[in-house]
Amino acid sequence: MDSLTNTIHAVPLNHYILLSAIIFSIGVMGVLIRRNAIVIFMSVELMLNAVNLLLTAFSVYRGDASGQVFVFFIMALAAAEVAVGLAIIVMIYRNTNSVDINVLNRLKW
Amino acid sequence: MNTLIIISVLPIVLLYLGLYKATKSLLPVTIIGLLVALGLAIAQWNNVALPIYHGMMMFDNFAIAFSGITIIATILILMLSKGYFDKISKHVAEYYAIILFSLAGIIVMVSFYNLVMLFIGIEIMSVSLYILAGIKKSDFASNEAALKYFLMGAFSTGFLLFGITLLYGTTGSFSLEVIRDWVLAHPHADPMFYTGIVLIIVGLCFKVGAAPFHFWTPDVYEGAPTLITAFMSTVVKTAGFAAFLRLFSACFAPLSDFWVPVLLVITVITLFIGNITALYQQSFKRMLAFSSISHAGYLLFAIVALGSGSANSVFIYATAYSIASIIAFGSLILVQQQSGSDNFESFNGLAKSNPFLAFVLTIAMLSLAGIPLTAGFMGKFFMFSGALAKYHVWLVIIAVVNAIISIFYYFRVIIAMYFRTADRTELVVPAYYKVVFIISALVTILIGVYPDFIARFI
Repeated sequence: MDSLTNTIHAVPLNHYILLSAIIFSIGVMGVLIRRNAIVIFMSVELMLNAVNLLLTAFSVYRGDASGQVFVFFIMALAAAEVAVGLAIIVMIYRNTNSVDINVLNRLKW
Repeated sequence: MNTLIIISVLPIVLLYLGLYKATKSLLPVTIIGLLVALGLAIAQWNNVALPIYHGMMMFDNFAIAFSGITIIATILILMLSKGYFDKISKHVAEYYAIILFSLAGIIVMVSFYNLVMLFIGIEIMSVSLYILAGIKKSDFASNEAALKYFLMGAFSTGFLLFGITLLYGTTGSFSLEVIRDWVLAHPHADPMFYTGIVLIIVGLCFKVGAAPFHFWTPDVYEGAPTLITAFMSTVVKTAGFAAFLRLFSACFAPLSDFWVPVLLVITVITLFIGNITALYQQSFKRMLAFSSISHAGYLLFAIVALGSGSANSVFIYATAYSIASIIAFGSLILVQQQSGSDNFESFNGLAKSNPFLAFVLTIAMLSLAGIPLTAGFMGKFFMFSGALAKYHVWLVIIAVVNAIISIFYYFRVIIAMYFRTADRTELVVPAYYKVVFIISALVTILIGVYPDFIARFI
């Protein structure tokens, strides 16, 4: 455990923040640009994982375990979301034979 | 805190009842269980509020008041569900169970004392709602609503979490107490903290449907089954604002110079987008969706003008808005069942065939528009006086202009009911619906005429 904390300490905290911010932005751009529901979904997961990485880094640098516990909560709830989300995507696929969100335009202004 | 335990156990009991095919007892058991939970919540009123569960939650008067109003609104909506779910599927117990799970998340949201619980509450509520929005499995509008709601909900959760993480990085804790102490000790907080606040504002504005993060609201509200829309636009919105207010009044109040301009812009945009777009709608349901956006704008007033009266004005406004919306959605369900359409035209001539229904719907519309002697007027009055106390004069002028705009589209349905004629047979209003309508209409007028008994509640 000590060696792991030392390894994490070997990289300055700012680098973790930058890396997470970049991954998070990639996720946001993915949600905004891609048209495939599953790819959008993966981009959301990327956003959540950026958060997890940052929480772990903060938690190690502060020597406080609550950040890492929060990571477990995020993982558990993300898994619940995946279960529901994939069910919804399957439901859409059964009705339209497509997971492209451009077919989702029946409801308009 | 027994309220939360009862509301979490109740759905499991309901699932067992569904397993043993006791469909007749579902609704009575749900309502009795919720009344017990409500009673237990009220029993804790004015007790000394201490953080419980290692500082995770605090069941103070604020939490009790908002738990109370969300539970009451849920009971009223569930009474409208009599016979509604049977048309969708044979597995009725699951729907009740999911609605109650969502309510359990809401109770967590209004009583959180740690950012972890805020996140968990929002997620429990949202994941249940994603399912509820899509319960009409073969209806395409319902599918689309579920997917849009799911993608936007997950997206906004990402922003909220990143914000929480940045707060944790600067303060070293998720506890509201520690964060508040940190803010007081560092009046010029560092940029990371500010970024965190902005990201949390983005995440929460998505959840409550405030512009410019509102674009999912009309589609989801229109596509979801009407009863679920009623739940989303009343109970969920109330809970969202309660959580918003609790976080901002507990932690960020000393930094108001930073975030008040941001929220001011959001409020003004929300008011204009909600009201002006609602003018152009042909569908009553979609009009209600845009009206809920504009009401989100009015509710934001309490946070912009954060003060000791904020909690109370949100409480009154949310109560008035919820009960009026329940009447509106209840009558929409009945009209939709008869005519199959949710356009304004399908309300033509309702006053002649169903004078009672037309009357309570008129009261609801007057309350939503904020006409005096209704609860909606008192809600707006408290909001505006709170804003004036903080010298946001221009904001109040803009809001009054918007309230006048809103009269046009709320009165369209009244005009359709009373002054347009159409050949229609009398709608059958079931007894459960009548009870809900009478209670809601009475409360609307009671709050409007005697605001004193609710005015200094929290």
